[in-house]
Amino acid sequence: MSKVERKYVVPGDFIAEGDFVPVSNAYSIGNKVYAMRVGLCELEGNKVKVIPLSGPYVPKPDDVVVGVVTDVSAFAWTVDINSFFPAFLPASGVYGRRFTPEKDDLRSKFDVGDTIIALVAAFDRSKDPMLSVSGPRLGLAPRGDVVKIEPVKVPRLIGRRGSMSKMIEEASGCKIIIGQNGYIIVSGPPEGAALAAEAIHMVEDLAHTSGLTERIEKFLAERLGLTEAAPAAEREPVAASPPADTSSEPSADAPNEEDSTEEN
Amino acid sequence: MNLIDENGLRIDGRKLDELRPVKIEVGVLKNADGSAYIEWGKNKIFAAVHGPKECHPKHIAMADRAVLKCRYHMAPFSVPDRKAPAPSRREIELSKVIREALTPALILEEYPRTAIEIYVEILTSDGGSRAASITAAAAALADAGITMRDMVVSVAAGKAQDKLILDLCDEEDKEGQVDLPVAYMPNMDQVTLLQMDGHLTREEFETAFNMAKEACKKVYQIQREAVISRYFGGSTPKSKEA
Repeated sequence: MSKVERKYVVPGDFIAEGDFVPVSNAYSIGNKVYAMRVGLCELEGNKVKVIPLSGPYVPKPDDVVVGVVTDVSAFAWTVDINSFFPAFLPASGVYGRRFTPEKDDLRSKFDVGDTIIALVAAFDRSKDPMLSVSGPRLGLAPRGDVVKIEPVKVPRLIGRRGSMSKMIEEASGCKIIIGQNGYIIVSGPPEGAALAAEAIHMVEDLAHTSGLTERIEKFLAERLGLTEAAPAAEREPVAASPPADTSSEPSADAPNEEDSTEEN
Repeated sequence: MNLIDENGLRIDGRKLDELRPVKIEVGVLKNADGSAYIEWGKNKIFAAVHGPKECHPKHIAMADRAVLKCRYHMAPFSVPDRKAPAPSRREIELSKVIREALTPALILEEYPRTAIEIYVEILTSDGGSRAASITAAAAALADAGITMRDMVVSVAAGKAQDKLILDLCDEEDKEGQVDLPVAYMPNMDQVTLLQMDGHLTREEFETAFNMAKEACKKVYQIQREAVISRYFGGSTPKSKEA
């Protein structure tokens, strides 16, 4: 694999001259390539890519997205997928061929306000994105909070082979479902969900920094260390066990102090 | 009013071809998709970008590109005498001028059937507020992640007491002979706005125009630095060729 060169760019920045192909968020005039977005520029072989650091979610076919149902008609659901187009989930895709608008009540499947996990089935910018919920793990989302982050930071939250999200899941005891559109479902006990949401926002804020996994790991360990010391006696602890956390010896004094403050 | 003294210094102590101090900060408004704050001389301006989003009213949407909307608005307290908050003739014109100065830099075809909205709020007004607004709005657009061919920067040149001057302040704008605002895409080397109020000879125009263009390149460095520090928390040298 050829060497990858990285560089910070803003729109209009000159990237390279010669036989280069602008792949994403870059364009060429003659044989000069320029950036179109704020981001990290990557030169790999003759391909030029700019990984954007801000911007809206642009639907892409086969993306798994998390959406919130905003409207129900006789034939389709309208879904907010955090993009500049509302998405459509046609009823025929859910009921199959036997769908008859006069008999089937769409609200019994998904109602306004429901959170769904869906696949972008088709999108080409000339019409609104079409969703599909046929497939494993698609459909109505489990109960939980929807945490919203900037869509461009989703890859950081997933991490290498899902390492980042897995780490947050283990530490918080919550299940995390990440939509490519920046909507994330966090389901689990309330304490864990709050911790997971905090960690997710931390990833969002620090997405451009290096050594992020270590920082999040440290943050989670610290948090678990704190919550561990206090209410363990009174409250049911969070379902998950902190990964390799040895500092969980419950001290005799700490819980009492915590108890009294909680009563006030 | 004596705008240029016997030492060749201007009313605020600047040399004829000297810019006022410019300070830009990017990403200052949480609820906007992109934003920038600029202090340019006595100007204090916020620019905010919303979108791309659904276009309303629907009939103005275009099938092949986004609609760019711009509102330039002066706060009632931005000038010595209270300004009525309703859009004046001048504000409507400047909204149009700013929109048209930014359009060539944007790749609106990326977002068909949508609208991109730019809100420019003048908190304190000084001369050259359209130039400052364009500079801030371009930074806000980059912050919003809208695809752009290039950044846009703008500086005005002009003439007072028969001398060509750069970056007119309020008094020079009002009492001077010529105001020549220029908006410029520095990497493309293209002009997106050129207005002239007053009379210049052909030679004077050439000189004034080039003064403004060179100043744009200086302001561009400040603008670029502001965007970079928003995202990367520090300055990095630009690639060697550019």
